[in-house]
Amino acid sequence: MKHTIFTASVCALFASIAAAQTDITVAIQLEPPNLDPTGGAAQAIDSVLYSNIFEGLTRFEGDGSVVPGLAQSWVISEDGTVYTFTLREGVTFHDGTTMDADDVKFSLDRARAEDSTNAQKGLFADITDVTVVDPLTVEVKLDGPNGNFPFNMAWGDAVIVAPESIENIASNPVGTGAFVFSDWVQGDRLEMTRNENYWGEAPALESATFRFISDATAAFAAVMAEDVDVFVGFPAPENLPQFEADPRFQVLVGNTEGETILSTNNKMPPFDNVLVRQAVALAIDRQAIIDGAMFGLGTPIGTHFAPHNPDYVDLLTNSPYDPERAKALLAEAGFADGFTTTLKLPPPSYARRGGEIIASQLREIGISAEITNLEWAQWLEEVFKAKDYGLSIVSHTEPMDIGIYANPDYYFQYDNPEFQALMEELNKTTDPAARSALLAQAQTIISEDYVNGYLFELAVATVAKADIQGLWVNQPTAAVDLTGVSWGE
Amino acid sequence: MIRYTFGRLSSLVISLIVASMVIFLVIEVIPGDPASFMLGINAREDTLAALRAEMGLDQPLVIRYFNWVLGMLQGDFGNSWTYKTPVAELINDRIWVSLPLAVYALLLSTLIAFPAGIYAASRRGSAGDVTIIGATQLGVALPNFWFAMILVLIFAIKLRWFSAGGFPGWDDPLLAIKSLTLPAIALALPQAAILARVMRSSLLDMLGEDFIRTARAKGLTRRQALWRHAVRNALIPVLTIIGLQFSFLLAGGIIIEQVFFLPGLGRLIFQSISARDLIVVESVVMLLVFTVIVVNFAVDLAYAAVDPRLRSRA
Repeated sequence: MKHTIFTASVCALFASIAAAQTDITVAIQLEPPNLDPTGGAAQAIDSVLYSNIFEGLTRFEGDGSVVPGLAQSWVISEDGTVYTFTLREGVTFHDGTTMDADDVKFSLDRARAEDSTNAQKGLFADITDVTVVDPLTVEVKLDGPNGNFPFNMAWGDAVIVAPESIENIASNPVGTGAFVFSDWVQGDRLEMTRNENYWGEAPALESATFRFISDATAAFAAVMAEDVDVFVGFPAPENLPQFEADPRFQVLVGNTEGETILSTNNKMPPFDNVLVRQAVALAIDRQAIIDGAMFGLGTPIGTHFAPHNPDYVDLLTNSPYDPERAKALLAEAGFADGFTTTLKLPPPSYARRGGEIIASQLREIGISAEITNLEWAQWLEEVFKAKDYGLSIVSHTEPMDIGIYANPDYYFQYDNPEFQALMEELNKTTDPAARSALLAQAQTIISEDYVNGYLFELAVATVAKADIQGLWVNQPTAAVDLTGVSWGE
Repeated sequence: MIRYTFGRLSSLVISLIVASMVIFLVIEVIPGDPASFMLGINAREDTLAALRAEMGLDQPLVIRYFNWVLGMLQGDFGNSWTYKTPVAELINDRIWVSLPLAVYALLLSTLIAFPAGIYAASRRGSAGDVTIIGATQLGVALPNFWFAMILVLIFAIKLRWFSAGGFPGWDDPLLAIKSLTLPAIALALPQAAILARVMRSSLLDMLGEDFIRTARAKGLTRRQALWRHAVRNALIPVLTIIGLQFSFLLAGGIIIEQVFFLPGLGRLIFQSISARDLIVVESVVMLLVFTVIVVNFAVDLAYAAVDPRLRSRA
């Protein structure tokens, strides 16, 4: 009997030691330039802060669905133009001040103000007025119905901030989330601790450290040496099989919202001819690109839409790999001998490696694509702003961004009134079934117009210690949400 | 001496002015708009304009140049656009990684190179000499980042003696030094190889000089002549190389800082260039140029103090 008790207590002791790990070290590739999610586009800001430190009226779940956040519920007026949000009670910011309707009004007004530097100001463009009804009720008036509004409010750029702490938000973020910012050693690490006054379910972790490791070799070494517990967005897919074979680690491969496309300048001859664009689309062997550039990670897409979205339509049949037909189409368009164009590539490896493969596939049908490697800042200047390019490869990572095809000044320069009208209708529609039908139609139009070469949905690989649970597999938005993460036994 | 010093000083000031202009111009003409980089592809034109105004980018180039220079003269390096903190603070944080790393690497390289070079020169043609020549040949040829990766593979991943990278801060000095050890070795080995070769050949030159023969004729043993006369004189070119290496180690650790993800000056420059945080790049590069020019100035003065002929030539 004594023996049993002894064994039991030893077991209990070990169990308590095993359960004692409540800190975690998470690595991501890029360091956030500052800690203000409402003032810059850098994804790394959201990766660290989203849902951990800052929360919005609504929030994304790991599967991409939008759930209530600081707003407990909302009511939409008959005509779809007024959203009345009911806020959660008893929510405080990390500095102890209360989160109420005034803070919501402040945050939304700040984001849409004339001098706002919000990178996604478009999310707030249709707000005409924000009214505080009582401390827990906010009324948001829109200039027209917008079924997407709760989705827009889930973005990291739409988080609720307080006027009391806004001045130093870039270096000392004060939010309402489950973790409190504690320290940032620029260039090395950022630390946060559990918010003991959190309104929701308390996270299992007591503290978390983010580290920033951009070099692929260093990333491999850091995980292998167990310097970090989790690496979200592991930069070297070629190393993943080694981690999969190692019992110390688990590898999670999920989808992002990144449609990786062969961007095409629709106004630059000969790409203004749909036959040429179709020929390019048929010349592309997607699987070869996914295997060659991404070591097999990625889902082929036939249009500009995330394949894991319930509204996705499989349109791969519009552009099967068929170099013979591509050559015939080129001849029909009057380019039997092919032509020369530019292929301008930003730094990520999907673009640089993918570019080499696409250039050789295009050469098969007689198109000579001259590769130029650009830095991001140069790419934005030359390709995105000046539209001085023929082809480029970019992953468009904003969620649900098919609306960019309705903007004729966007760098694809795709100008189709039919599509633009369709998007306007979509914005006015709040009925889910009707929205699905419109979205399907939109996906089909751009697929059949061969606006861009649709390549694959960018995958994200997470390498973690085997006993960590609750990590996001997919990245519906750039985030490393630690609120549900814990160490197993 | 005063006239010489004054002449050196005015050339120092002119160098700094020219350097500041070149740095500012070269960095400002790099294509890429910092505001659009920060705000990304969904940014609207009015947002970009607001951010440019906030960063002072809407002012003419000449005015921005003078603001920058005047600020620096008062010790104000401006605010980083991306980090939104004073550049001086950023530099201050990073210098306490880069400077100790450079000193550490320099110490290691000297400690390896001096004995190796002296041993090789004193036993010219022996098996030991050949081995050292071979090893240094290899050390000069192999890039330091490759050494770095091999070191990580062996000491961090296999043996787990060190962490693979990162810097814990100076709160615990022993831990800080430990985390700088692998990077310092990786930086030091190629430098040590160069230094050992310079030491060896400089010493061999000296051993062939008349004064060594004179010393030997006076009755000194080979060993005494080597240590008392040859080594001391051979040090002059070696010290020049060490001076150059220090500037290189301070500014040139970019790749090593990437491999070991250390928050140093090199990584700061690297990140700032790709983020188009021009004010940080300009200020850090200016600081490095300033350091090099001032070190050269000090070396010039030291030469003059040692060698009177230089003073009359000024």
